[in-house]
Amino acid sequence: MHLAYPAVLAVLLFCVGLYGVLARRNAILVLMAVELMLNAVNLNLVAFDVWLRDTLHAGQALTLFTIAIAAAEIGIGLAIVLLVHRNRGSSDIDRLRDLRESGGPPGGDSSGGSRDEKSVAPATDNDADNDAESGSDQQVQGPAAGRRHA
Amino acid sequence: MSVLLAQPLAAGHPGFLSPSGVEIVFVLVGIVTLGAALVTVATRQLVHAALWLVVALGGIAVEYLLLTAEFIAWVQVLIYVGSVVVLILFGLMLTKAPIGRSPDADSGNRWIALAVSLAAATTLVTVVVDAFRSTWINVQEPTGPGSGSSEVTGTALFRHWVLPFEVLSVLLLAALVGAIVLSKRNKAGER
Repeated sequence: MHLAYPAVLAVLLFCVGLYGVLARRNAILVLMAVELMLNAVNLNLVAFDVWLRDTLHAGQALTLFTIAIAAAEIGIGLAIVLLVHRNRGSSDIDRLRDLRESGGPPGGDSSGGSRDEKSVAPATDNDADNDAESGSDQQVQGPAAGRRHA
Repeated sequence: MSVLLAQPLAAGHPGFLSPSGVEIVFVLVGIVTLGAALVTVATRQLVHAALWLVVALGGIAVEYLLLTAEFIAWVQVLIYVGSVVVLILFGLMLTKAPIGRSPDADSGNRWIALAVSLAAATTLVTVVVDAFRSTWINVQEPTGPGSGSSEVTGTALFRHWVLPFEVLSVLLLAALVGAIVLSKRNKAGER
């Protein structure tokens, strides 16, 4: 078999996963795209192991390790997503901006002490006044809405 | 080096125009896998995305079988299709994912993401095809257990890779404890 076939398939799968990670909004969809990227790497490992006929079978052993680490990663990732969803009422990663650098709303960062109580409210407390007027429109231009405050 | 390795393996250098049966099956399954992956990252229905992920991961398992890595293929079916997708479906259920079409599944920077991934795909495909143009894998096994059978993989794993294997078990334990700690509900008066 030509080695280019599995290599090109792995490249294309990786880029599909890359698009998913960058373009998706729901955190669980991002985790699915991460799984696609990990599988592309695994396919590369297996293909090169079969090509090189390694006596240590490094490729296949590393593939098994990667699969186990991916299982651990998805477990921890889903636990974090569930925790975020429980605390914030939403798992949209576009709205989780508590840790962003300054340049956003001036009131958002200075009132750090009181944000813990407010964070139970469903997300985007930075743009609460914007939510009222623009509704779902604000989700499409999320970064722009934050810039308007600055 | 690749020429040296490929010479004894591929008898007579088969060309692109005369693909073998394994190559045809590999390309067909690859197209199915790629299509399922595209639907996974493009659909607006969250549960459908998880179910198309099953097709993509199963297709990758078939590709492992075609590459003579049998044990990896069954591990892939067991862990990915069996447990990871079930975990993802439970996660979708517990985060109250909408069943129908959700209009905000894609972020606003979708076109930037598309441009980035297309640029990455173009670059990587060019490099990979250029690098491995004359490289061939011999998937015809000699007699005896193949290089991907569970006997060979297990021998390599427990003879040469024992230490990473044991470290991995510690990592899984840490992940288990971490997931439990993260998902444990706090007491009402604790916060």
